[in-house]
Amino acid sequence: MNFDDTPHEAAFRAEARAWIQANAPTHLLPYLEKSGYGGIELGGLDPMKEAKAWQKKKYDAGWACLHWPKEYGGRGSSPIERVIWNQEEGPYGALSGSFIIGHGMCGPTVMDWGPEEAKRELLPRLAAGEDIWCQLFSEPAGGSDLAGLRTKAERDGDDWVINGQKIWTSGAHYSQWGILITRTDPDVPKHKGLTMFFLRMDTPGVRIVPIKQANGQSGFNEVYFDNVRLPDSQRLGGVGEGWKVSLTTLMNERLSIGSGMSAGFPDIFEFCKELELADGTLAINDRGVRSKLAEWACRQSGLKYTGMRAISALSRGENPGPENSIGKLVAGSSLQEIAMFALDLQGQAGAVSDPKLATMAAKFQAQLLRSPATRVEGGTDEILRNIIGERVLGLPDDMRADKGIAFNKIPTA
Amino acid sequence: MDFEFSAEQQQLKEQARRYLADKCPTTAVRAILEGSEPFDRALWQGLGEMGFLGAAIPEEYGGLGLGYLELCVIAEELGRALAPVPVSSSIFLVAEILKAAGSEEQKQRWLPKLASGEVIGTLASVEATGSVRPSNVALSAKAGTLTGAKSPVLDGDIADIAIVLARHAPGKDAQGLSLYLVDLNQSGIERTVLDTIDPSRSQAKIAFNGAAAELVGAAGDGWRLYEEALDRAAILTGFEQIGGADKALEMGRDYALQRFAFGRAIGSFQAIKHMLADMYVSATLARSNGYFGAYALSTGSADLAEAAATMRVSSTKAFQHCAKNNIQVHGGMGFTWAMDCHLYYRRSNLLAVSLGGLNEWEDKLIDRLRAKNAA
Repeated sequence: MNFDDTPHEAAFRAEARAWIQANAPTHLLPYLEKSGYGGIELGGLDPMKEAKAWQKKKYDAGWACLHWPKEYGGRGSSPIERVIWNQEEGPYGALSGSFIIGHGMCGPTVMDWGPEEAKRELLPRLAAGEDIWCQLFSEPAGGSDLAGLRTKAERDGDDWVINGQKIWTSGAHYSQWGILITRTDPDVPKHKGLTMFFLRMDTPGVRIVPIKQANGQSGFNEVYFDNVRLPDSQRLGGVGEGWKVSLTTLMNERLSIGSGMSAGFPDIFEFCKELELADGTLAINDRGVRSKLAEWACRQSGLKYTGMRAISALSRGENPGPENSIGKLVAGSSLQEIAMFALDLQGQAGAVSDPKLATMAAKFQAQLLRSPATRVEGGTDEILRNIIGERVLGLPDDMRADKGIAFNKIPTA
Repeated sequence: MDFEFSAEQQQLKEQARRYLADKCPTTAVRAILEGSEPFDRALWQGLGEMGFLGAAIPEEYGGLGLGYLELCVIAEELGRALAPVPVSSSIFLVAEILKAAGSEEQKQRWLPKLASGEVIGTLASVEATGSVRPSNVALSAKAGTLTGAKSPVLDGDIADIAIVLARHAPGKDAQGLSLYLVDLNQSGIERTVLDTIDPSRSQAKIAFNGAAAELVGAAGDGWRLYEEALDRAAILTGFEQIGGADKALEMGRDYALQRFAFGRAIGSFQAIKHMLADMYVSATLARSNGYFGAYALSTGSADLAEAAATMRVSSTKAFQHCAKNNIQVHGGMGFTWAMDCHLYYRRSNLLAVSLGGLNEWEDKLIDRLRAKNAA
């Protein structure tokens, strides 16, 4: 039980810190430190351009995708070194939001299952931030029931022809590449007839339509496939092995958020230190407020240390397990509860969402409107509880009406 | 960085688990709960002989001279087994206070006997309903004697010595408080056993009628020493709570696998599955907060006070959450005397107040986060 750096870790930290101090975009720091929930605002500068510039700079100096092997653009670092880098990168890490899916999920999937030539060509570009990747998984009929997806891939000579629709694809509108899961055999049970591909997002027949979300923003997309033709060389893993390949993606998803999501405590704590209540006391001195703050503080630190336990397990050579599912489950509901509580304390002014007028640049209002998505995206609260119940605690699977039935015989209405 | 107990510490934990599985099945807990014996004497003696009680007491005072991390893993197993013995009072509080503030003579005289279990110690601080605070400590110390009463005192009926929070100077402030060591086997002491929510750990009212007492630490330093002792005990007790929470979760999980209704295991129903998943989340957050608490305790970190309050709130809630929902998973059977669910429910609620309630620790946590933030 030791939080101190080993001499090797301390040397790595010093090297990382020195490089960051000399190279980070310090002019963006004031904006990054103030950035609200679910997006960055850089005083009129283009966030994507700034993000790509920082990523390229890191890549050129060997600080991109630290955990990847060097031949694919990484640094071959240990899990602990990656944590140290994240600690040192601090607020500048917020610039990397658009790369998370590519670096955390698509890249590792291509690395495990892709043809060598494609890996050598595409992964360094991904690491350098030259390409952005998206993950084409969810469908209108395959969300929580992902394996119920219906997008078809049919063999035609050396090619595959894709038809169907994906939805909730984060960043499809600014991505150059995507990984795609399709159904290649509807005559077998649903998990068995799936196959994965990777493709350019400007392949003819791909059409991207942004979704206007409930909070007014558009981070997700619908993606339509109309006779999209892909060569067999863009297949990831075997025909019919798509489910297995997708598990690589999902396992890495856990790993990429393994260092812990924020439950949102620091913001509400800051706010309660400043706000005066009706009786003239500060909110933070109110017994009822304190009780809530203490709960959120415990969740925040509990997630942080759960993440550190996961990293320690990883550095002992253990795989990231399903127990890391608690991160988003805890953070999602906390963010939503905190936003609602902050608005409650703000009283009638809580309704105002103009960043120029509202408290803390309307951070809590934005959080209120965005947090419902956190509880759904990447596995709903209910799916995460199923995962914990079934794969951690060993409880029986749900009764499944589609179990063992050929996909095309499963009732849909 | 390595955020895990070492292989040796995990072996010690396994050893403690095996020992307690053998010597302290729930039938032994139930024997204390239902019978007239106030604690499990054979188990207590065994824990002393095994060196578990003296794990964090230096060798020169008769302990094993291991560290707090070792005591934490032992505490977890004691909590898991609901061990009906006065470890928290005697070791987590009294031995700790003597280690921190006792004179050389006091340490030599008492620590070896605490480590072996020959002597049982307890901390007597409570006089009124509500939080213990300087203004409601009235028991008076004058010319080496104590006059007044403390109630409830955990393990107060079986303890041989007590460390007593008492007022040596009139008034209501913290500066007028000191800690005193009292031999409870003297004529100036009168004890009354109390009925409590968890009779597997007995409690008493102790009246001090001019009982002879000696200072522990400096006069006027009592409140500070008391609060610091509570922080260390909160981490150690927190491990007891984590152990209890894990066991209650396991009992619920096992029952959900084995109990069939509507033609299927009830654990396949999402209502039950999700309740158990939420219990797992609470227990995991508490354990992770606990690991940081253990680290802070073992290194004497500047974060100790914050880590203690965080862990206290987290582990108290986790044990209560798991123990109450374990009954819920068991349904009507969970409310029978014969099932063990109520043993965990009782203990979770005893430990939830034994070092002061959640509301006090929530306050401490917020105060400490503020102080750190301001620094």
